Parts: sequence; C-alpha cells; structure tokens
Amino acid sequence: MASTGTLYRGGVSMWSWVAHRITGVAVLFFLYVHVLDTALIRVSPDAYDTIIATYKTPIVNLMEVGLVGAVLFHALNGLRVMAVDFWERGPRLQRQMLWVTVGIWLVVMIPGTFYMTKHTIEKMFGAA
Amino acid sequence: MSATPDLAMPNTRPTPRRRQGVNFEKNSWIFMRASGLILIILVLGHLFIMNILDGGVQRINFAFVAGRWSSPFWQFWDLTMLWLAMLHGTNGLRVIIGDYAKSGKTRFWLRGILYTASAATILLGTLVIFTFDPNLT
Ligand code: HEM
Ligand code: HEM
Repeated sequence: MASTGTLYRGGVSMWSWVAHRITGVAVLFFLYVHVLDTALIRVSPDAYDTIIATYKTPIVNLMEVGLVGAVLFHALNGLRVMAVDFWERGPRLQRQMLWVTVGIWLVVMIPGTFYMTKHTIEKMFGAA
Repeated sequence: MSATPDLAMPNTRPTPRRRQGVNFEKNSWIFMRASGLILIILVLGHLFIMNILDGGVQRINFAFVAGRWSSPFWQFWDLTMLWLAMLHGTNGLRVIIGDYAKSGKTRFWLRGILYTASAATILLGTLVIFTFDPNLT
C-alpha cells in the first residue's frame, strides 16, 4: 500500500470523500480571489467599495450561499474524518456520523440561507 | 499489511505509519487536522460575521473594514486565518495533485504553479493587513 495514495471503495463514504475534496479545492480557489479583492482596500476606498458592490448583487449573493454551504460541509465532514481517526468508536460509527453531518448541515443552512438572502429577496419582491 | 486494508473510511488518507526520523507526510497529516480544528472557529466565525450578523454582506464597505482593522484582535484573527487556510488548502491540493498527476514532470509543474500562487497570495494578504491605511482617499 502506498503511503499517501488514495483508495476508491465506493458507497456513501466515497461520496462524502469526493464532496470533501471538491469543496476543499473550491474554497481554496475562492480564497485566492478573495485575498485579491480584499487587497483593493490598499488601492482606494472607491476601488474596494466597487468590488464589494458585486458581492451584494442577487446572483453573487446566491453564490455566497453556495460557498457557505461548501465550507460548512467541509468543516463538519472534516470533524467526522478526525473522529474516525482519533476516537476509538469512530470507525464503527462513521456512517451514522455522516447522517449527523448532513443533519447539522441542513439545520444550519435552512435558516442561514434565509438570513443571507433576506435583503436580496426584499429588494426583488418588496418587503412584506 | 494486506493489499486492501480494512479501513472504515478507506477514501481518506490513511493514518501514516511510524517511521524513523522526521516524516514529512506524517507531519502534513497532523497539520491538516490541527489547522482544520482552528479553522472551524476562524472561518465559520468569519462567515457568520460577514454574511449574517447585522445586515450581512450589504453593510460591508471601506469604512466597515477600517473599523475592524483598527482592532489588533481582528487583525490577528484575519492574519491567522489567512496563513492557516492557505497552508491547509495548499497542502490539501498538493496531496490531490499527487493522486492524479502520475508523471513526475506533470506533478512537478502543477505543484510549482500551486506553491507560487499560494506564496504570492500569503505575501499579498499579509502586506495588506500590515500596511492598511484608514485615511486613504
Ligand atoms: C461571502 C463570504 C465572505 C465575505 C463576505 C468575506 C468578507 C471579508 C471582508 C470584508 C474582509 C476584510 C477584512 C475584515 O473586515 O475582517 C475579509 C478578509 C479575509 N477573509 Fe473573508 N469573506 C468571506 C469568505 C471568506 C472565506 C470562506 C475565507 C476562508 C477560507 C475568508 C478568509 C479571509 C481572509 C484570510 C481575509 C484577510 C485577507 C487579507 O489578509 O488581506 N473569507 N473577508
Ligand atoms: C473549516 C474548518 C476545516 C476543517 C475542519 C477541515 C478539515 C480537513 C481535514 C481533516 C482534511 C484531511 C482529509 C484527509 O486527510 O483525508 C482536509 C483536507 C482538505 N482541506 Fe480542509 N478543513 C477546513 C477548512 C478548509 C479550508 C478553508 C480550505 C481551503 C482553503 C480547505 C481545503 C482542503 C483541501 C483542498 C483538502 C484536501 C482534500 C483531499 O485530500 O481530498 N479546508 N480538511
């Protein structure tokens, strides 16, 4: 067995691993862009406010929900990976922990999406 | 060890076995877990403050950041988050490149591009925090 190679075995544990990988890389690529947009704060207040204005548009707002969802899944699943590595009962409970992960993700994302998009929805459809 | 080890989560990187001397892969394995734990607080906290707390993304502008970076606490928070997230993400992608790029040459160039981009980004982000000027016009 290679020391760092990755084995493919199928099942939900494979899909959670694929999702962990994709979300990790996606967040890294966002971070490259994010450090660049934050760097405009050294150029001028106008330059910074202009780039931040794009964050407030409906489509980018929706992408932010996706980003938060990706980070949250990666973080929760990362905890699950650590529990399997370090907790004696972890390996036996890894499947149950995946459903707990998905459950927590939903419980946070449903109200989270509401609060994150509240302003956009009010602007588009009028405040209630 | 058998060819198909009986791992509960075979798709994550297996716990590196003990070897003599300093083992880079083992240190990297530990670093991914230690930095991940700290990043939970730093990144999820950052996302909560930026996207949900009073007004979320709608209230972000130059003055907002100037207010935050007048406090050493948030400067330190952002600096730590920058370094840990970049090193964690870069190391993660280094491993992924190792998984998919089978030829030594492809691996070398992909990792070279990765390290260059990450080093430049860490340097830029660090400079921005340390040289920030709230009176800029
Ligand atoms: C849509 C979501 C996000 C928003 C609206 C946002 C907003 C901001 C803002 C306003 C700043 C300026 C500094 C401050 O006020 O503290 C900042 C800096 C920073 N953010 Fe975010 N952020 C987001 C997501 C993320 C994520 C997911 C990460 C980590 C993976 C991250 C990492 C950082 C870092 C490292 C800095 C410091 C940059 C530097 O050193 O120049 N942010 N962010
Ligand atoms: C929020 C807290 C986070 C936790 C708890 C966490 C946890 C982890 C863990 C435990 C691993 C190792 C998985 C393994 O060895 O199989 C990992 C891999 C990875 N992480 Fe994170 N992480 C976090 C944040 C981030 C951030 C902000 C980024 C991007 C900048 C990121 C990018 C990656 C990448 C690219 C990998 C490699 C994935 C792979 O090899 O399949 N992570 N993470």
